[in-house]
Amino acid sequence: MNLMGFFRKNSSAPVARDRLQVLLAHERSVIGKNDLLATLQEEILAVIAKHITVERDAVQIKMDRGASVSTLEIDVEVPFDAKKAIPRPSSVSASV
Amino acid sequence: MGKVLVVTSGKGGVGKTTSTAALGAALARSGENVVVIDFDVGLRNLDLVMGAERRVVFDLINVVQGDAKLAQALIRDKRIDTLSLLPASQTRDKDALTNEGVDRVIAEAREKFDWVICDSPAGIERGALLAMRNADIAVVVTNPEVSSVRDSDRIIGMLDSKTLHAEKGEKVEKHLLVTRYDPGRATRNEMLKVEDVLEILSIPLLGIIPESEEVLRASNMGSPVTLNNPDSAPARAYFDAARRLRGETVDVVVPLDRKGFIGRLFGRRVA
Repeated sequence: MNLMGFFRKNSSAPVARDRLQVLLAHERSVIGKNDLLATLQEEILAVIAKHITVERDAVQIKMDRGASVSTLEIDVEVPFDAKKAIPRPSSVSASV
Repeated sequence: MGKVLVVTSGKGGVGKTTSTAALGAALARSGENVVVIDFDVGLRNLDLVMGAERRVVFDLINVVQGDAKLAQALIRDKRIDTLSLLPASQTRDKDALTNEGVDRVIAEAREKFDWVICDSPAGIERGALLAMRNADIAVVVTNPEVSSVRDSDRIIGMLDSKTLHAEKGEKVEKHLLVTRYDPGRATRNEMLKVEDVLEILSIPLLGIIPESEEVLRASNMGSPVTLNNPDSAPARAYFDAARRLRGETVDVVVPLDRKGFIGRLFGRRVA
């Protein structure tokens, strides 16, 4: 084993730090999701459903907390035949 | 009106009970009136660490349910008369604790003492929530180790959402207490450094308690480490932490068990 290998072998703390930073960034976003994101998801889905037929899974909402800026990402998959659904909002509300 | 402080961590075995006893005794030694309350119903241990296990008559649940008055259940420490203990119940079910009952007991303790220190059980369940519920200040006990840091992050999130202060839109003052720290291993990159833990958890540092044989020795003797050997490295670190809790500005150093000149030479400044 060369000298670099000898030193690297014991440097497990930086690995621990990096793993924690990645993990906690993820966990905070999931746990921070709580009621706010669930509520947002429901209400945004309801608004979209008024105008086009859309699957529940087609609306994805993500929130990222950064040091200076937080972002709310709303991803809606609009199906090809979405337009057809526009004239019949009543059928959408009836199905809810 | 006293301050309510919760000693919490999420993870078990990181030093909550040790820290509760040591900080309680350190504050009491500086003349403050202190009560330490064990919230670990069914697994009480604060009485044992404080050497009061044979003096328990009534417990927290008795007081919550009105079967005993607070004054009857309190055990006055034999070494410091400004330090009292309210033990947990060892046999009763923790469901016997109600929010309202706990609030009432804490309110009464607040009237009588300068500091009400709640020793939280491990976990994020009801017992831990009850312990943090009334807190003004939280001491988050963390080992420089990945699972402990992760669990502390979770607990910090709960302090910001599940306490009475949080429900009113107010803040709980949170402090990090790093325990079982080995400065040598941290320098050799074998252990997370305090700076790493601080950066990840981003709450202010209350103190760094070095890994030391004195902690086990003190618990063997049934005495908080700050009373059992006040000159030992962990005791000095706890005394510094207690002074910071009282609002004093104290430089953060990691005391070492080495004595005299050599000890001072190696007492490393970190923050």
